[in-house]
Amino acid sequence: MTPALIDADRSSPKGRVTELRRPSVWVAAVVGAAVAAWVLFLAEGTPAGAAVDDPGKFLVTVLDGVTFAGLLFVAASGFTLIFGLMRTVNMAHGSLFLLAAYVAIRVQEAMVGRSRNIDPADVGLLDWLVPLLAGAGVAAVLGLLIQQVFLQWNEGQEMRQTLVTLAITVVLADQMLREFGGLAQRMVWPGAVTHFFSVMGERYAVTRLFMLAIAVLVGVALWLWLTRTSVGMVIRAGVDDRQMVRGLGINIRRVFALTFLAGSFLAGVGGVLGASFAGAAPGTDGSWLLNALVVVIIGGLGSLKGAAAGSLLYGMVVAFSPAYLPSQYSYYAIIMTFGLLALVLAVRPYGLFGRPA
Amino acid sequence: MTPDDALLEVRDLRSGYGASQVLDGLSFSMGVEAVAVVGRNGMGKTTLCDTLVGFVPPSGGEIRLSGRRLDGLAPETIAIAGLAYVPQGRRLFPSLTVDEHLAMLARRARGRRWTPDAVYELFPRLAERRQHGGADLSGGEQQMLAVGRALLLNAPLIVMDEPSEGLAPTIVDVLVEVVRHLVAEGVAVLVVEQNLRAAVRLADRQLVMVSGRIEAEFTGEELLDRPELQRRYLGVGSATAPTGLATGSQHTEGDDA
Repeated sequence: MTPALIDADRSSPKGRVTELRRPSVWVAAVVGAAVAAWVLFLAEGTPAGAAVDDPGKFLVTVLDGVTFAGLLFVAASGFTLIFGLMRTVNMAHGSLFLLAAYVAIRVQEAMVGRSRNIDPADVGLLDWLVPLLAGAGVAAVLGLLIQQVFLQWNEGQEMRQTLVTLAITVVLADQMLREFGGLAQRMVWPGAVTHFFSVMGERYAVTRLFMLAIAVLVGVALWLWLTRTSVGMVIRAGVDDRQMVRGLGINIRRVFALTFLAGSFLAGVGGVLGASFAGAAPGTDGSWLLNALVVVIIGGLGSLKGAAAGSLLYGMVVAFSPAYLPSQYSYYAIIMTFGLLALVLAVRPYGLFGRPA
Repeated sequence: MTPDDALLEVRDLRSGYGASQVLDGLSFSMGVEAVAVVGRNGMGKTTLCDTLVGFVPPSGGEIRLSGRRLDGLAPETIAIAGLAYVPQGRRLFPSLTVDEHLAMLARRARGRRWTPDAVYELFPRLAERRQHGGADLSGGEQQMLAVGRALLLNAPLIVMDEPSEGLAPTIVDVLVEVVRHLVAEGVAVLVVEQNLRAAVRLADRQLVMVSGRIEAEFTGEELLDRPELQRRYLGVGSATAPTGLATGSQHTEGDDA
């Protein structure tokens, strides 16, 4: 498939008409309308209740979805960036995510001066930002090392590269267990954002909005980098036609290295956000690799726009399923994720913004 | 052309894909001039281009640019050494706008003859369409962009594969003018053409390619005036060669500018 990180082309009106005629589009539209009707009017007897009866709960669920989508986007954007340019499915993405989280937690503990029961009031903004940069920096350097030492030799052999990164994941998981132990640990949000505010009678954590703000910042920075700098243009050109980029005298290996560095840094930022949001433990690496995969499969592998759209959809499903499924079925919320995957793939087999070769 | 003053010298070049050998001991040399390689479909013209620029690694022979061996080097090294490429089908980047195509190469071009501004001056139409995506351009504009992009390398030699393909006659005129202009400025141009009318207008020397070798060399007039040569080497007018060389009529069927 030939995805575009940021695509300049628009689908023709003719193409859209043909698509509307496809039955799967109608199925998706009907499912969407049914879900909306359920959430708005019919969802009595669910934890949240129908949205018209309890708009506060509905708003909170939307906020949950959007803020979680921010975290998903940060974690998935680096993954899709690397895939888009290099066609490498970096299975070590989750490991980099977790490693950055552990490193950041250690650095924060050292900065605050205690290792347990850190009070958010003792955590200044810098006590969070410096560990973030340290954790993401370590992930970036390790990612670059992986690319330089293991992947560069297998250029063009995507399957072999993917298997190499899978092996690295296993090794890293073991080493992290040895170094950081098997207990869940948590990065502490800065005290300045550890508050609640009230939306329509519901309490809501400022930390989640802070997480969303960081994600938006990352997204904007990434977008500016890809659209306004010559390196970014080269990366996008490389996603379209790698060989032609080389034919224009551009050292693609340096671009690969830089992309891996940036993609791994993003995995690290995601890891630190994730550790602040939900903690870090053995297994977090696997579940976040899976999250990143789900997002990019929905959005289309290699597309940044797709990563944003995929994050939003996936985030919404994750937030809405437990709140709006009938109470006795809440345990099945996870199945909804795969329902979403199946639906998207039925309508657009290459994901929302992916394009076939 | 003696080998000593040759800008590009190709000797006994062999290349192909996997087990199939396409270039079979191809040799020629050229100086700062426009040279066309003509030949029927399937004679290895595009393989010659792809091998020169390093997209296809040669299996034997030599490529020298100003005496420096280029065969076996990576495409980026060959491009920087001074061989710019305008490939068949243009191969623009669909995700990039016109401006971005040129901006991504601007840094190396800074302070040299060909900068993005100089390209816009050469092709004012491109300047009008700076913010358009590559896919929104007409065939002629796409070709201008592909040529402009290659110019930014400021290379002494530009290789063009089927540059007149799918272009309206007026756009071919522009192309001919640009190639002449480049040669006058000291840039050599190697054109591979299926379209004989375009080839003779673009270049003085016509190298005829048959089965992976340069079989003969003529001037443009010789080729145009002697149908028996066209029949013999290019299959024009021959019932046995349905995919023969077009002599100009195919110009018009492409999209116009």
